[in-house]
Amino acid sequence: MLLITCPWCGPRDEIEFTCGGEAHRARPQDPAATDDAAFADFLFMRTNPKGLQRERWCHSQGCRRWFNLERSTITHEITRIYKMGEQPEASADATSPARQGGQP
Amino acid sequence: MPAGTGGSSIFLALDGAWFLIGDDLMSELDRAACTVPLGLSAKAFAEAAGTRLALAELVPPGALNLRGDLADHGFVSKACAVLGCELPRAPNSVQSAGELTVLWLGPDEWLVLTAPGGEISLAERLEEALLETHVAVTDVSGNRAHLRLKGAAAREVLAKGCPLDLHPRMFKPGSCAQTVLARTSMLLHLLDDAPTFDLFPRRSFAPYVVAWLVDAMRDHEGVFLNAA
Repeated sequence: MLLITCPWCGPRDEIEFTCGGEAHRARPQDPAATDDAAFADFLFMRTNPKGLQRERWCHSQGCRRWFNLERSTITHEITRIYKMGEQPEASADATSPARQGGQP
Repeated sequence: MPAGTGGSSIFLALDGAWFLIGDDLMSELDRAACTVPLGLSAKAFAEAAGTRLALAELVPPGALNLRGDLADHGFVSKACAVLGCELPRAPNSVQSAGELTVLWLGPDEWLVLTAPGGEISLAERLEEALLETHVAVTDVSGNRAHLRLKGAAAREVLAKGCPLDLHPRMFKPGSCAQTVLARTSMLLHLLDDAPTFDLFPRRSFAPYVVAWLVDAMRDHEGVFLNAA
């Protein structure tokens, strides 16, 4: 069970939240002009990293606000939490082999 | 020290023990006043002051959902003038004045509670004052039931089904929180150090929440009686 710090409400239990998947995926500006393969890539394909991942979460049982967090998909460690619209620099150790879980 | 059961309801009036009034003692007047008759009497709750645990259903207050931008000074000043109290800015905090209580629901969202029936004129006054402002005033009076749990063991009872940290160090009087109690959405408001909690479950979940609370309270009756 994760203890997630909502940017508004503070530390709350994971059951109050809904995970919205990978964050910062930009919808193509002009979908009609985008070919099917590119649009399918936007819709269906995700990075699925072994290591740190930026995600969208919603405090659905609390203030019902969406926010972003950065979480290790290996250890579930939450390394960053930031509000919608903010896009902080990558964590210094985001690419370190230790955080990435060593050998794939 | 009367104790007994009447039908499916429970009546226990042990000095210093938990106290719950059953359906058989609830007057027709009380029953009519409650939107969701759950068999709990507010009158009996008042008489149970000083007991270890008491649970009551209150007449649901008039409730308005107010949304607006805190950065808009016009909105804040006009809304505060109508409400007669500040809008709580800190997350999970409450402001009150007279019979009005304003609970923080989100960075741009508040729940305004007023006397039952008072919500219509309050909504009209808010809409009139905020005519030129980008806001939303929504009557949500029918949304929630209103329960009150009071007594020294109230935190322990809630902690059985609530993931929120209810320790007095973390959750102080004048705090509110939208959270989960017994797997249902719950708006909690801590009134005082008794502690007295106001619980606002969704109306359709209220009978379930009461059944769950009564079950959770049974343990504390046992604990108290054993200690006595």
